Amino acid sequence: MAETTTVQEPKVKQKVEIFGKKERRLITDPLNDNNPITVQVLGICSALAVTTLVFPSLVMTVAVIFVLAFSNLITSLLRKGIPKQVRMIVQLVIIATLVTVVELTLKAFNFDVYKKLSVFIGLIITNCIIMGRLEAFAMANKPWKSFLDGVGNALGYGAILLIVAFFREVFGKGTLFAGTGIEMKIIGPAADYWIDTTQSAMFAWYAPNNLMVLPAAAMFIIGILIWIQRGYNRKLVDIS
Amino acid sequence: MHSTGYVIRFIVMITAVAALILAVMATGFKERHDRNEALFNKRAILSAVEGPLGQDVDNLSDEEIQQIFDQQVEQTVLNMDGEEAAMSVIESRGYKGVKAEHIDMAKEKKRPEQQRLRPLFIFNQDGEKYYIVSVRGSGLWDEIWGNVALEDDFETIAGVSFDHKAETPGLGAEIKDNPAFPAQFVGKKIYDRDGDYTAVKVVKGGARDDWNEVDGISGATITADGVEEMLYRGIGYYRPYFNKVKDN
Repeated sequence: MAETTTVQEPKVKQKVEIFGKKERRLITDPLNDNNPITVQVLGICSALAVTTLVFPSLVMTVAVIFVLAFSNLITSLLRKGIPKQVRMIVQLVIIATLVTVVELTLKAFNFDVYKKLSVFIGLIITNCIIMGRLEAFAMANKPWKSFLDGVGNALGYGAILLIVAFFREVFGKGTLFAGTGIEMKIIGPAADYWIDTTQSAMFAWYAPNNLMVLPAAAMFIIGILIWIQRGYNRKLVDIS
Repeated sequence: MHSTGYVIRFIVMITAVAALILAVMATGFKERHDRNEALFNKRAILSAVEGPLGQDVDNLSDEEIQQIFDQQVEQTVLNMDGEEAAMSVIESRGYKGVKAEHIDMAKEKKRPEQQRLRPLFIFNQDGEKYYIVSVRGSGLWDEIWGNVALEDDFETIAGVSFDHKAETPGLGAEIKDNPAFPAQFVGKKIYDRDGDYTAVKVVKGGARDDWNEVDGISGATITADGVEEMLYRGIGYYRPYFNKVKDN
């Protein structure tokens, strides 16, 4: 009698826990130790493409959070029914459907962003982070955990996207949040910039770096981020 | 391992569900999509006459754009001979309407040159008329297009706006993203000093003649060449019409 209760207790506890330690780890791990971009080096293609400005990166992040969280959830709900032979195709159908939902919604409610991002939104389908999480996690875990894993990984992806976009926009265009209502003009050769390079003696030498606008700049920034991350997080260093 | 029958049933089911969801959404949003698309095009057309309009069209609300378009813009559909196209011809194309704003340039481009329809927008401001023509061509990666506003001498450009499908950000995409590029076209002539039709030349390494040349974009020579070709051919399509109006 006493034995059965001790066995059952943790089982019940595990089910009830919504934000236990394990669940929190699902969110926090991908932000650092298991970041999809800097550690797993997935999703680089879109990270190079959309990060010229902060605002599109933000929209991309939100879109990926939605697609990844819900495709993880749906896949996890269906995981016992999905035939192994065609699981990839089924995952792809789920992802593609959600991506099209995002696309149709954006087209209806924020046409400008839709125009700017339409190609990249479509490319979420081919983002390997999503397929990777479905295969590696959602196919083998319960729905709630899969949902959290999706949110966590998308946040990890989005965090890097935003950091890269920040540097590319500030140094490439001299602005921040361009394309939104709160556009900030930081440094540039006109009077409406915060630092006007034509007036300031200290910054007269400054010119926006055109390299930052090109995808190659994102590669460098991601490389530097990986370097920094491994500098303080020794766990990630492959000692061989 | 699941049986083949199960696999087929599963696939059919999930495909049907996905198709149903998307079909419902697409139909439900159709009105909004069409309205957004139409407004986007109107905004692009009006941004070619930003100068005379005296306002930045990006700052205008959707309602204001619609209002300016309704009150100040006349629309005509031309055929390749520079005459107003017959209603039956326009209807046969199956667009959402028969006005110039409904003409889909991408679809027209696929037709034989002699059968194409051309939208023309005449913008009225302070008693002046500006003729806005639509042009379409090829950039480096994909199509580029634009609207060119001409003053009523049919020679001087009052403004242009460009857009593109997939030019490289920071290079070819500058035709749209960098306001300084379209701004160069204001005041240029589409005929050279001898009166020969040249449209506007986009010159690599910088314009040498202020009359009908503008600066190219470094690193985007092919896009710039595409713009030049598009303008030469695209404005050329409207020349029969211009000549007719001038003769009258």
